[in-house]
Amino acid sequence: MLSIQDIHTYYGDSYILQGVSLELTPGQVVALLGRNGVGKTTLARSIMGLTPARRGRILFKQIDITNLPAHRIARLGIGLVPQGRQIFRSLSVQEHLDVMARGQGRWSLDAIMELFPNLRARWRSLAGKLSGGEQQMLAAARALVGNPALLVMDEPTEGLAPLMIRELGRTIEVLKQTGTSILLIEQQLAFALRYADMVFIMSKGRIVHQCSPADLASDALTKSRYLGV
Amino acid sequence: MTFWLIQALNGISYGMLLFLLASGLSLIFGVMKILNLTHGSFYLLGGYFGLVVLQETGSFILAVLGASLAIALIGIVIERFFLRRFHLQQLPQVLVTFGFLFIFSDIATVIWGANPQTMPRPELFAGSLQFAGFYYPTYRLFIIGFGLCVAAFLWWLQDGTRVGAMLRASVDNEEIARALGINVSLLFTLVFGLGAFLAALGGVMGGPILGVYPGADFEVLLLGFVVVIIGGLGSLKGALFGGLVVGLLDNFGKVFFPELALFTIFAPMALILAIRPAGLFGRE
Repeated sequence: MLSIQDIHTYYGDSYILQGVSLELTPGQVVALLGRNGVGKTTLARSIMGLTPARRGRILFKQIDITNLPAHRIARLGIGLVPQGRQIFRSLSVQEHLDVMARGQGRWSLDAIMELFPNLRARWRSLAGKLSGGEQQMLAAARALVGNPALLVMDEPTEGLAPLMIRELGRTIEVLKQTGTSILLIEQQLAFALRYADMVFIMSKGRIVHQCSPADLASDALTKSRYLGV
Repeated sequence: MTFWLIQALNGISYGMLLFLLASGLSLIFGVMKILNLTHGSFYLLGGYFGLVVLQETGSFILAVLGASLAIALIGIVIERFFLRRFHLQQLPQVLVTFGFLFIFSDIATVIWGANPQTMPRPELFAGSLQFAGFYYPTYRLFIIGFGLCVAAFLWWLQDGTRVGAMLRASVDNEEIARALGINVSLLFTLVFGLGAFLAALGGVMGGPILGVYPGADFEVLLLGFVVVIIGGLGSLKGALFGGLVVGLLDNFGKVFFPELALFTIFAPMALILAIRPAGLFGRE
């Protein structure tokens, strides 16, 4: 599905990703953990083609996407739920979904409405006027109408009330059942452990640890060393 | 009374031409953040191309369409091969578009000479219309109607179509738009082409009343900037409103204070810059 092979990514002169490798199989939920500033979002940006890796390569469904333009990567079937939601303020909920709808698949507009009933009620509202939780739902819905095979979610729980976090968890479970792969970048350890099949931990631009959620839950040393908990 | 009405109509029709010019300028800036100084050239070359097509075919419609499409193509080439390299780098962009303004100005003088040329009005609108006891040229009325149609079309394009929604998404957040599958690069090229098309449209449509002459490129560019400064850069509403304001100010200024013609335009502009730097309809 997704195979990241020893990528090195820079922002100008700063060397951010210093040889990251990661494998994700179809239908798998992989959690990527680590402190702030270790390069998690940069990894998401490299996958999406927003900050392409300078060395190494990224394969998606056997296709080398390392240097493809971002919109081509998205159209191959990778959906992004960006950090901080970043919805389009001047588009209505309806326009978000109309513009992003792509491909045949499970996620028709009706299916999306069923998954996020709140959005149906705000159908004509400008996205800038939605609450934080509704914006997060919209950010997820906007990625799903593209019928992606892989969803990259960058800190989706950030700034959400507990009730909305539970709602988000329910969404991830539905996605899991439908066979969508998810790369879940998270700060909230408990949330990541509940939904992930496999956990990767990043530190200073490298993957430093890889294990099952159960192993990490009982590994106090790794948790305190890399996650500060 | 008749005097006021005629002068107002003159101002409004001129304002519509300025709107055609400024809408493209504003659209290009709003979407791509490029201050396109070559816009004056698009207007002037549009006029000259229109003259050529008119002389060859005798058809005003062909002149309007042919010239505008040709200029749109030139705009697309400039965007793809020159401006594309300087995405979001304002100084290089200004230098490139400024350079093209001079290059096209010289090329036009070499080809068409230094003498002003006049463009005949299309036959259908060559006459005058009589109403309320005075005559008014139908061609100017046609320009007003045409300008309103273009405004309505642009509105629909921006707010009522899928492409318009993609454009607004790209303006709101270009990176995320790309990461979600929108071909922003293609959209930019189309927007630049459309902007050039609109400027050329102004050049051909304005030919029969303003003439086509060397220096018109710099003249209308300056006025175009006044329009978008008053209306707000990036706003369609602003381009229409600003165009009408500048058209009327220019016309009445020339009638009442011919010796202060520039002052009547630039003083209100300076005032608006001081009170509302983003323009009347601009986003901060």
